[in-house]
Amino acid sequence: MTPDALIGGFTDAPVQASHAFRAALNALSRPGQIETLRGATAPAPLSSAAATLAMTLFDVTTPVHLAGAHDIPALRDWITFHTGAPLVEPRAASFAIGTWAALQPISRFAIGLPDYPDRAATLIVEMPTLDAEGTRLTGPGIETEAFLYLPETAAFTANRTLFPLGFDCFFTAGTKVAGLPRSTFVEDI
Amino acid sequence: MTDQAYNFAYLDEDTKRMIRRAILKGVAVPGYQVPFASREMPMPYGWGTGGVQVTAACLAPDDVLKVIDQGADDTTNAVSIRKFFVATAGVAVTEATADATIIQTRHRIPEAVLTAGQILVYQVPIPEPLRFLEPRETETRKMHELEEYGLMHVKLYEDIAKHGQIATSYAYPVRVEGRYVMDPSPIPKFDNPKLSGSAALQLFGAGREQRIYAVPPFTHVVSLDFDDHPFSPSKANHACDLCASNISYLDEVITDDQGGRMFVCSDTDYCASRRAAGHVGALGAPMATEKAAE
Ligand SMILES: [Zn+2]
Repeated sequence: MTPDALIGGFTDAPVQASHAFRAALNALSRPGQIETLRGATAPAPLSSAAATLAMTLFDVTTPVHLAGAHDIPALRDWITFHTGAPLVEPRAASFAIGTWAALQPISRFAIGLPDYPDRAATLIVEMPTLDAEGTRLTGPGIETEAFLYLPETAAFTANRTLFPLGFDCFFTAGTKVAGLPRSTFVEDI
Repeated sequence: MTDQAYNFAYLDEDTKRMIRRAILKGVAVPGYQVPFASREMPMPYGWGTGGVQVTAACLAPDDVLKVIDQGADDTTNAVSIRKFFVATAGVAVTEATADATIIQTRHRIPEAVLTAGQILVYQVPIPEPLRFLEPRETETRKMHELEEYGLMHVKLYEDIAKHGQIATSYAYPVRVEGRYVMDPSPIPKFDNPKLSGSAALQLFGAGREQRIYAVPPFTHVVSLDFDDHPFSPSKANHACDLCASNISYLDEVITDDQGGRMFVCSDTDYCASRRAAGHVGALGAPMATEKAAE
């Protein structure tokens, strides 16, 4: 086990997880709204926001896929030690972490079943920065319109056509998070 | 109670994580009932253990909690749940709707317009709106999958044929974002319009039936109806006898054994706020006078 695997978890799990969950819940309930998510730190390249999401949502019952540059021994060890989540191939993953490029092709991830649409993957997409401008978002959680810089539009437009199936996304950068559930309509303007 | 024999907000972290994941999937698919592994809670099912578990999974130490039952903060059920979270989570509590960050409710939506910083958690006894038409879970799941909601309309239409109007007045079914038909819990249909387009996040928890579902903020929620019989949120043709409000949902209260009765707001915080602001109903004394008489 790499030495960094043992550090960077929550120091007061019930309280830190409660704040982190509310930030994540706000983000997913209000697509495009950027929230702060901190409390955990993991080896690079995992952002603090993604590490905090992992500590808040992962456990032995949630298979996790690490993609691309995130699939390194130090991070595998960190996730395993702190959450117990089994590391798996994309098709079996409840959660996946990576850059948008590393997560491709996105069709490998679970989009839920027609009678159990909840059995779909949640993608934690690591971004250089989060910006509340760019692609126009409408749908549940948004009063009129919201904007969020997305790595592309076509994949999310296609995902919306699958509703109520589809994957759900958190975008993370540093200590920031934004949510994009499958229910959101996206369009370039 | 600072010696913690239990975890923050009672539930262990594994359970909270499981519930939190279910809530997030519920938010992603508005109106769809997400299964979850409900835990035994130190209270009977009838007291809303589903709502309690959702609240426990959402609470943070800096939250301000309000709990209502039939619109009132002072019923046994509401008081017990409030005490439970004061003891297990140490959170602040309030009766003022506007001051609360999380409101757990049974049978009402507050009269005051909810805001973006608030979460409304409903206690749900029977989450499946199609259950009385079809007892088999595999079948209702299939009906939701295929959007086979015709039977539901038939049931409502039978009401019209029999009574001249839709007789369902509580737990009146709604359709969320044009997709899932959802049971809004046994709120009066008077409250149904408040489900739609609310700035607050609405979460629903059914303990015995092990389901969680959600209506995100600003989500389109429509009460099922017919072109020739549009939905109408009925209301007693009366004003509150204490605060004179003619837009609130009223309870009929028997005042003596001579058949005396009065109509009062079911939302006690709303009524008290109006009386404190000087509104006086037909049978109400100004609040200051009443206080002095006590
Ligand atoms: Zn009143």
